[in-house]
Amino acid sequence: MDPATMVGQVSSMVGKSMEQTDVHSARVKVFQWQDGVFHKVTLLFALLVLAGLFGILVSLAIEAIPALREFGPSFVWTNVWNVPEEKFGAVIAIYGTVVTSLIALFIAVPVSFGIALFLTETCPAWLRRPLGTAIELLAGVPSIIYGIWGLFIFAPLFSEHVQPYLQGAFGSIPVVGGWFSGPPIGIGILAAGIVLALMVIPFIASVMRDVFETVPSVLKESAYGVGCTTWEVVWNVVLPYTRVGVVGGVMLGLGRALGETMAVTFVIGNANRITGSLFAPGNSIASVLANEFGEASPGLHVSSLFALGLVLFVITFIVLSLSRWLIRRGTVKQGH
Amino acid sequence: MNLYNRRILINRLGIGLSMLAMAFGLLALLWILFTLFSKGFAVLSWDFFTLDTPAPGNEGGGMRNAIVGSLMIIGVTTCVSTPIGILAGIYLAEYGATSKFAAATRFVVDIMLSAPSIAIGLFIYALMVETMGGFSGWAGSVALSLIAIPVVVRTTENMLKLVPPTLREAAFALGAPRWRVSLSVTLRSVKAGVVTGVLLAIARVTGETAPLLFTALNNQFFSTDMSEPMGNLPVVIFQFAMSPYDNWNSLAWGGALLIALLVLAMNIGARLMFRANDKK
Repeated sequence: MDPATMVGQVSSMVGKSMEQTDVHSARVKVFQWQDGVFHKVTLLFALLVLAGLFGILVSLAIEAIPALREFGPSFVWTNVWNVPEEKFGAVIAIYGTVVTSLIALFIAVPVSFGIALFLTETCPAWLRRPLGTAIELLAGVPSIIYGIWGLFIFAPLFSEHVQPYLQGAFGSIPVVGGWFSGPPIGIGILAAGIVLALMVIPFIASVMRDVFETVPSVLKESAYGVGCTTWEVVWNVVLPYTRVGVVGGVMLGLGRALGETMAVTFVIGNANRITGSLFAPGNSIASVLANEFGEASPGLHVSSLFALGLVLFVITFIVLSLSRWLIRRGTVKQGH
Repeated sequence: MNLYNRRILINRLGIGLSMLAMAFGLLALLWILFTLFSKGFAVLSWDFFTLDTPAPGNEGGGMRNAIVGSLMIIGVTTCVSTPIGILAGIYLAEYGATSKFAAATRFVVDIMLSAPSIAIGLFIYALMVETMGGFSGWAGSVALSLIAIPVVVRTTENMLKLVPPTLREAAFALGAPRWRVSLSVTLRSVKAGVVTGVLLAIARVTGETAPLLFTALNNQFFSTDMSEPMGNLPVVIFQFAMSPYDNWNSLAWGGALLIALLVLAMNIGARLMFRANDKK
């Protein structure tokens, strides 16, 4: 039984036996009324949080209606973004969003794995906390800082020292060479992906560290006991055990990367076209919104931007739901 | 090479690479901090805090309007999101053990923690800017609140769940009503944890740029009227950094350093506070 009502009944029984029925039952009634109000008030605020998400979905959908009516479902796969002629399609922005996020994951996943491995297995105990905190602080740095750093510091260095080297190394290989073709101007899809990678490393690394810590020590100790090296323990015991949670952490990083605005907008170059080269400037959904929304003329342009926002929100919603489900499964089931 | 040596080699390689990854992460943090200081520190003069943002082509100037605007927007955000977040967190911890509605709310909170902030900006634009006739500081605060609330809800719920059940039972045995137990016993015993959550939420929204672009917009002039477009640090940094003017660029660096310092200080402060309370 609910403790509060139990207390209520007990105190009302005591009241009866002492023949003070009115006073006590009156007080219990007041308490019950107050508890009811308290329940409803907290419920209301929880409802408010829930309403926020639906509000976002609904309002984006409503604002996107004119564009979706004009272009139909082909909006999603049309390769055009022409403001003067009012012809809009989402594919250029989706391409930029997905490619930058994939580059980011390609770099961030191994690095985060290394960081998590170091923090849970090989790091001396006295260093564990400060280093862990440093990674968490990195996660707290606002994305605009990554953006401004990427634009002024990283992009020039990248165009001068890294891009020519990449072109020299891979330029003559078919297919791969095409990724690294074009003028090495620094800003572009690849630079955006790398800055994004720096930004998501702390998120993925801290989830990985948390799930690695759920592995029972007995399991690891028995592996060490039969003579496994640290690497073998991590690769053959820890990783299979935490697989689900690790994938969840990667999806969380992906969700972050897909929706990131500032770290990308500064360095992606803002060009509405798709080229095969990763050196070329492009656009992501978030960067198109950040650049064009303020000056967009009401009507089809604004509505198309809302439609882009809706596409972004739906994609990240799916990725984040998956990630949450996996992380929960990874930490609850295995943490027993 | 025999099997034994190969295993040792692979192990050394793996451990070595993981140390390299750790060093890479730390170096990135140090490099970014170092650039911020070297480019921004000289800009943080008296003028930076007392003069308004300069017009295009003008020399000098500071960030007074943006700093004041940011403080006001974040202040309102804190006042809005703290009570909402704490009460929703109490609901989840107190009544939400089994209910489906609470499970749904928890799910939404988790999604909103990482939802693209620019979509939240779009939502508030549709909700407040279009309907209420223009960009305003209020709209900016509401957009930031939507980002801050999930952080507060999450930490409040997690903290409340840590309270030992015996404490609650003792209070119930004394005949206290549920709301009283909740507010004066459970919530009180995790006060420091909840404040940590609020601090983390403020730190999170301090650097948020995307949701302010279409809500608070920007204002070149000093203004304390929340119903007008309002200057704020992140948007000014964005505009100034993307501009071709040298003095705008360096002002952007100053603003970036200021924001980074504030956010790091809040993050570290929140951790220290939580830890000090943990030891008690």
